[in-house]
Amino acid sequence: MPYPMVGEERLEAVRLREKFGEALLKVKEFAGETYLCVDRTKLIEIVTYLKDDPELDYKYFVECLGVDYSRWEFERDLPERFEVVYNLMSLKYHSRIFLKVGVDDGQKVPSLTPLYVGADYPEREVQDLYGIIFDGNGPRPRERFLLPDDWIGYPLRKEYPLGGEDVLFDGNQYGPAVEDVQMPHAGESFEGKTGSGDVSGR
Amino acid sequence: MPSTETVFERTGENTMIVNMGPQHPSTHGVLRVVCELEGETIVNCKCVIGYLHTGMEKEAEYQQYNKCVVMTDRMDYLNANGNNLAHALAVEKLLGCEIPKRGQYLRVILAELSRLASHLVWLATHGLDLGAMTPYFYLMQQREYILDLFEMFSGVRMMPSWIVPGGLRGDMPDGFEARLRGFLDAFLPELDLVENMLVSNPIWKERTVDVGALTAAQALNLGASGPIARASGVNFDLRKSNPYSSYEDFDFAVPTGSHGDVYDRFLVRNAEMRESVKIIKQAIDGLPSGPWRTTDRKIVPPPREELDSSMESLIHHFKLFTEGFHPPVGEAYAAVEGSKGELGFYIVSDGSNRPYRWHERPSSLLNLKCLEVMAKGRLIADVVAIIGSIDIVLGEIDR
Repeated sequence: MPYPMVGEERLEAVRLREKFGEALLKVKEFAGETYLCVDRTKLIEIVTYLKDDPELDYKYFVECLGVDYSRWEFERDLPERFEVVYNLMSLKYHSRIFLKVGVDDGQKVPSLTPLYVGADYPEREVQDLYGIIFDGNGPRPRERFLLPDDWIGYPLRKEYPLGGEDVLFDGNQYGPAVEDVQMPHAGESFEGKTGSGDVSGR
Repeated sequence: MPSTETVFERTGENTMIVNMGPQHPSTHGVLRVVCELEGETIVNCKCVIGYLHTGMEKEAEYQQYNKCVVMTDRMDYLNANGNNLAHALAVEKLLGCEIPKRGQYLRVILAELSRLASHLVWLATHGLDLGAMTPYFYLMQQREYILDLFEMFSGVRMMPSWIVPGGLRGDMPDGFEARLRGFLDAFLPELDLVENMLVSNPIWKERTVDVGALTAAQALNLGASGPIARASGVNFDLRKSNPYSSYEDFDFAVPTGSHGDVYDRFLVRNAEMRESVKIIKQAIDGLPSGPWRTTDRKIVPPPREELDSSMESLIHHFKLFTEGFHPPVGEAYAAVEGSKGELGFYIVSDGSNRPYRWHERPSSLLNLKCLEVMAKGRLIADVVAIIGSIDIVLGEIDR
């Protein structure tokens, strides 16, 4: 079944503009997919509408993911540093829609777990790797999802170095990184140095 | 990783918290499940993951697109070709590149063989978990034949990396077709044999019927896809609903269940294997001749013989293997129906030769969430059956 369209636009975009007006910030079409940039504070209402409206019927939560745009040099969809992209699917028309919300460091995105139980794991993954806090699905103190509990920092942020993990050797007695245990990754960039003597020969 | 006592708050008074895994043969990898028990009944259950986290998504931001391919095999290592295909489709969507029909058909053959291999490992280990030892040997033997086919095609048994953006790394080798047909003819009787051992076996049914039931609405709400959703009665298969790589050319059914329990998932996956055989037969029968990869020299290397005669080809070859290709600025998402469910890649390109953001939609991670829901109120012995029926691969969950 073809996706429902209103003229040149997807039905979802038209409906959201009618119902929420300003909260729909931008509609982008790229490579055959539709991206709807929406206001972070209205996210719950918008997703509830998409899910419950019998004509849209976005019942299947596919995933959500984060993107760090701090080193992006081109035109942006949203002004904030991070984007959380929600991928929802309607099994009525087998149509897919991407919702984007922007969020800066320290701001919170409302959690979708009350609407979709399955949002729990992807949200915690984004939280673990980007440090984006989901309101309502917050981590308990010192709790990580994919990373060890004592890990410091958020590895998928662009400033986080690749291969900069300090390796501890026997019993904290000796080894390249023992002096750095208290302050791992203290502002040092390992970019381009991985595997060379510069990393371990400090 | 958190200690067992701190994973969640104890809810009952006379309950016991039991840790299972990460080094446990029935958790299919390094999954750790912490259960709160009242007697033998599970009150609460939580999965602890991350023991296999290798930061592939970070690593990919530092690699050229063609070098990311080998990481995709190592995510879901049982369904390597499916991952390669999803990644290739996403990059091709960014590049706007079309693959010739022969390439698409060969991709379908490889992906469906991978699905067969993955389902065979699933049934073998699932049976082993529940005490059925015999199917293991029959099914692993069949899987071995599939891996031999992969070896013949690509030189590698488990991680072929043969499906790359722009097509395939090479054409189908001579003699492959005959060997594939031989395998397909011998495979179905073997599958019948194993299925007959289990399908009406009272012990098997005792352990699986009505265990871990999930309704269709629950499955969608949990983000479950693939055989789990289909066993619950959701008629959703990306190969049918949003066809890619010429799946619209093939005639196959989408098996669905009605109860959504462990037994239904067993039936659905078995039926899926038969449908896969049907698809492979149609693909090999109707395999078109002609090119098997795109002719765009910016994406795929020129044929070997051109290198000796054409300076331009030599430059293309050199540029491709030193610098790679530059997709236009933008983002793309492409999903395939993997053996575990919807398997997609979301790639953001900033116009350079490396992805700006490279993300896999892990089907096993979202399916794993179902365990926490399904295990509640069941006996501890059922957890093993439920984990087996979800068919998780920790390489994909942790990445």
